[in-house]
Amino acid sequence: MSNATTSVPPPTRTVATRNLGLIALGGSVVLAMLGLFFTAEDVDQGSSVRIMYVHVPTAWVAYLAFVFTAACSAGHLWGKKHSLNLDRLAGASAEVGVIFMGVTLVTGSLWGRLSWGTYWQWDPRLTTTAFLFVTYVGYLAVRGLGGTHQQRAKRSAIVAMFAVLEIPLVHFSVLIWRSLHQEATVLRPNGDVTMDGLMLFTLVFGVAVFTTIFAWLVLHRNRVLALLDAVELRGIDAALAVRRAEEVTP
Amino acid sequence: MTMSRIIAVARAVASKDLRIEWRSRVMTNQVLPFAAIVMVLFAFALDNDGILQRVAPGLVWMATLFTSLVVVQRSFAVEAADSAIDALRLAGVPAQGVYLGKVAALVVQLVVFEAVLAVLALILYRVNVDVHGAVLLVTTCILASLGIAALAAVYGGLSVVGRGRETLLPLLLLPAVAPVLIGATRATESAFGSDGARVVEGWPWVGLLAVFGAIFLFGGTLGFGPLTDE
Repeated sequence: MSNATTSVPPPTRTVATRNLGLIALGGSVVLAMLGLFFTAEDVDQGSSVRIMYVHVPTAWVAYLAFVFTAACSAGHLWGKKHSLNLDRLAGASAEVGVIFMGVTLVTGSLWGRLSWGTYWQWDPRLTTTAFLFVTYVGYLAVRGLGGTHQQRAKRSAIVAMFAVLEIPLVHFSVLIWRSLHQEATVLRPNGDVTMDGLMLFTLVFGVAVFTTIFAWLVLHRNRVLALLDAVELRGIDAALAVRRAEEVTP
Repeated sequence: MTMSRIIAVARAVASKDLRIEWRSRVMTNQVLPFAAIVMVLFAFALDNDGILQRVAPGLVWMATLFTSLVVVQRSFAVEAADSAIDALRLAGVPAQGVYLGKVAALVVQLVVFEAVLAVLALILYRVNVDVHGAVLLVTTCILASLGIAALAAVYGGLSVVGRGRETLLPLLLLPAVAPVLIGATRATESAFGSDGARVVEGWPWVGLLAVFGAIFLFGGTLGFGPLTDE
């Protein structure tokens, strides 16, 4: 058993993450104001273009999350210590990524209904995104298989590596599948639209806000996962002791 | 030295698996009828000779994927029963050999099923194949089976070690083999001449299948050992 599993888990809150959470909250409010009231309507799409300020950032964060999961998994597999913390970070990041990707798919299909007139298009990007979503749902299922923490870590790290191999292949094959079967009929939502300054700023700002939310969620989820592991290893008493110790020092 | 040992282990594992399947008759008495009934059910669901003929390649490969789930689950249920996998590990043989043997046995079984499904498509869906098409079809079947087996053996290995495994395999395997479904279906369309597709148009898709199989055979050879060695 490695040291990581027996050391005292980190507290579930720090000043730094509380401030990060406040920044994320404030940013979300500003983003909502910008997206809903201050940015102009689109010439063709009207107000429905405002979905973009959630859709694009969540997609970006989901991809970031999966890259982060892969990086942490690689770090676990090839690192000398086979750090369990990296494994938990990979798991936390994948969980948040799956949620954000779900939001991307839902907002995307709503937006598609409004601008293309249909909830779903067999567009390579859409299809790959759906596959990515299912693949990481599978990854999370592998994490729940049970066994010791080191077993879980090694197993899920290998599955994460396979997922990284799969995704480019799926994307490439869907791409050539589509290019043969259908002319480019999909109306690119942003491609032919010149974005005005405030819209572009709001979009970039949205990416920054959602990345902050991602970081905040992953940090907290990571701590909770560490506590969960501690519960399994040392029983509920030890975990309670940690929480009680926190209460004394605010 | 190690290489020849790996090959020897692979041969032993593959022949053991195939002997088990041959003697237990589960494949011939249960899985093969299952595959056949799936093909008949497709005909009920679509209920149109013209459509059936056109979508026959897709149906053959969908039936193959469904059948492969049963085959893979069985291949690893054999290892899980009586902790046979522990005995394999205690034997101190290289995991790469076990993996390659599993893959080889799966490929043989899948090719047999695909042959039966293709013949059923010829009969039930009234598709036609000429000699060039048959060569393309055989190559496609072998390479597609290799791709499916290379991935399935890894995810099947997971199912030996974990709980809640039977439901996990389809979730992991089916999205991952989407490129095989796309490539094999297009190649088979060319072989069957569905929708006026020509045989030469099928060969680039065979290339996709080969790349897929090679990547995951390599990845699986590296990953299988650590995955089952716990």
